[in-house]
Amino acid sequence: MQQEPIQILLAEDDEDDRLFFKKAFNDIKIKTNVRFVNDGVELMNHLTQSSSQLPHILFLDLNMPRKNGLECLVEIKRMTHLKHIAIAIYSTSSSDKDIEETFVQGANIYIKKPSDFTVLKQILEEVVKVNWQYQTSGLNRDTYLLSL
Amino acid sequence: MNLYLKFDSGIAFKKIIQEQMDKLNIKYAYIGFAEIEIDDAISSARLNEINTSLCNYGIEIVENQKNILVQKIKDTIIEMVYMDDKLPTSNSYYISDKLKQRYSYISSVFSEVTYTSIENFIILQKIERAKQLISANQVTFTEIAYMLNYSSIAHFSTQFKGVTGITPSTFQRILTKRRKNNLDLK
Repeated sequence: MQQEPIQILLAEDDEDDRLFFKKAFNDIKIKTNVRFVNDGVELMNHLTQSSSQLPHILFLDLNMPRKNGLECLVEIKRMTHLKHIAIAIYSTSSSDKDIEETFVQGANIYIKKPSDFTVLKQILEEVVKVNWQYQTSGLNRDTYLLSL
Repeated sequence: MNLYLKFDSGIAFKKIIQEQMDKLNIKYAYIGFAEIEIDDAISSARLNEINTSLCNYGIEIVENQKNILVQKIKDTIIEMVYMDDKLPTSNSYYISDKLKQRYSYISSVFSEVTYTSIENFIILQKIERAKQLISANQVTFTEIAYMLNYSSIAHFSTQFKGVTGITPSTFQRILTKRRKNNLDLK
């Protein structure tokens, strides 16, 4: 049923975390194509270049040097051509206040960074599955909120 | 200002097909329920052209019967979840009655093609409807729970949190704050 791989972009400054994500995406059933940027500045450059292929889902680390995840989120949500990208914020914080604030700023998904690889894999699989429903079943993106 | 729109997807669908097929200069007949008839002698390159122009609208050519059945199941579920009245008490009876097929068959085809179960898809759609109702802000959570056939508001809240990770009240608060933010920006 699935034809094209789901395009994933990950903004993360930590190399170990990048490898973790890469490996987790390789292990899940749904086909994905994962690319990386190292920080927020690089991310914004990438997204505003007209030649770049835009991702279906953007994973944003909240703590990045130069420009953090929240700043990127706010900028992206103000740009018309980027508004439709599903944005998944992930962070070590699990405070309800932080979670609510990122949603208010326009994030679609909030992921509490797990320390366990198997848990990460389950979470990413869930995110990709839910997002696929949004891509194929015409669900409303304005009310797309998911906390994991 | 936010406008809440209602629309008829059937009419929109027919119009899109008509415009795209006219553009490609292909003669067709509309048979109904997402089915059209075209000349058998059409080349696969032309079929590809049709597919490419339709996929911009989220429409794709489904070749096999199973995919068609799955689409019918999805449409039936969406129709069921968006009924003005209270939802039917038995989902499986409603669906198999509408599609005139055994539920066990319907359910196994659905899981095979979509990697998810009918039950999960219904839950997803019910929560989607609940989100829409919360967003429109005209009915209480108790009324939503009743309309969508939950035994209690607690049952509704638990399932809402199970699917979205947040409670209905948090969801409502986030939407309200987002709207306020957007107004402040303008």
